[in-house]
Amino acid sequence: MNGGADLGGMQGFGPVVDVPDEGNYHAEWESRVMGMVVALGACGQWNIDLSRHARESIPPADYLSFPYYKIWTEGVQKLMLERGMVTAEELSDGKLRTPAIKVRGRLEAKNVWDGLHSLSGAATRPEEGKPAFQIGDKIRTIKSHPEGHTRLPRYARNCEGVVTQILGFHVFPDSSGNGENPHWLYQVRFTAQELWGPDKNPRDTVTLDLWEPHFEKA
Amino acid sequence: MSEHSHDHPHDHGDHSHLSEMDARVRALESLLVEKGYIESAAVDEIVQTYETKIGPQNGAHVVARAWSDPAFSKWLMEDATAAIHSLGYTSRQGEHMIAVVNSDDTHHLVVCTLCSCYPWSVLGLPPSWYKSPPYRSRVVINPRGVLEDFGISLPETVAVEVHDSTAETRYIVIPQRPDGTDGMSEDELAKLVTRNSMIGTGFAKSLKETT
Repeated sequence: MNGGADLGGMQGFGPVVDVPDEGNYHAEWESRVMGMVVALGACGQWNIDLSRHARESIPPADYLSFPYYKIWTEGVQKLMLERGMVTAEELSDGKLRTPAIKVRGRLEAKNVWDGLHSLSGAATRPEEGKPAFQIGDKIRTIKSHPEGHTRLPRYARNCEGVVTQILGFHVFPDSSGNGENPHWLYQVRFTAQELWGPDKNPRDTVTLDLWEPHFEKA
Repeated sequence: MSEHSHDHPHDHGDHSHLSEMDARVRALESLLVEKGYIESAAVDEIVQTYETKIGPQNGAHVVARAWSDPAFSKWLMEDATAAIHSLGYTSRQGEHMIAVVNSDDTHHLVVCTLCSCYPWSVLGLPPSWYKSPPYRSRVVINPRGVLEDFGISLPETVAVEVHDSTAETRYIVIPQRPDGTDGMSEDELAKLVTRNSMIGTGFAKSLKETT
């Protein structure tokens, strides 16, 4: 979707400010949100792309002004509300009013290290068929503005690029919520001039990792 | 209201946003614990793990090994996932890895314009700037300008390649090995490798910077 999260190429935000030694969080609540969101993964109620979509669906003005972990908070609350894990009244004051729904499991402290190292987030699936494109093939990305989740950002739509790597057979995020629908994944290189115009340095490039439905033979 | 009582003379209005989030997040955690979805001790353990055990020291080890072991370096280029996993760095957000090598001809930079994808397994949690709109918006359209923000001015003749992390593949930049480091041990070399040098917004430290 063309939401507040699809930032590539927007202008006017000012310089990037690196604060040395700032640490992982600005307040304790941020660390609790990070830990809770990771821990909630064990409940098995959503995948990473549904989680991303919950965040990118926040109205753009809010998305751009919220602190980072407030975006996470809003996103995870939305996912839990949609699944009936919690109610809006419960979120308003933290008081339990309805029973828990059945979930896959709960991450316990003693299993955190193993849980983080389970490789359960791997996106590769058993290969079906052969990749339709080879390294060196010229492609053109599709022109499309889906209402739902997509990993093809606005700035790289309807652009010509070259396949630089075949990365395997991966879950296709654009169909998340409707099954995994895995497809071949490629690294595709675009020149800065193709993406942004002739005033860019002719040597400069951007690569994106894109799935077969994102492009056609050029 | 109690927040404005004499007991809290330093509570100014600009803190209200943060204290509101603090209260909301406390309520959320207690609710989720009561419902049995999470365990607070597990949340503590996750936070601690990313404070002390999973961070840029992991990536620095990968880079130092690549600098000192040509066979590992070759493996890293051919199959970064297997090479990095062989060092034990198999945690989440590192399931599929790609290593890109900076040289005199090409400078690599990593971003996620759509969210904040980052190689947690080797670099830990991303710094604020990496997740911020200024970086995510600008590094793809004006990477040389972003590098200037980090005090780096690259000649026009050096190609800049930006990698937008649009899939579950995660990128680590292998910075150029500083001059005069022949014969240094892997541990000594790792101390020269900064987080930013593995994102592409910095260089490895020179020997001068470490003494």
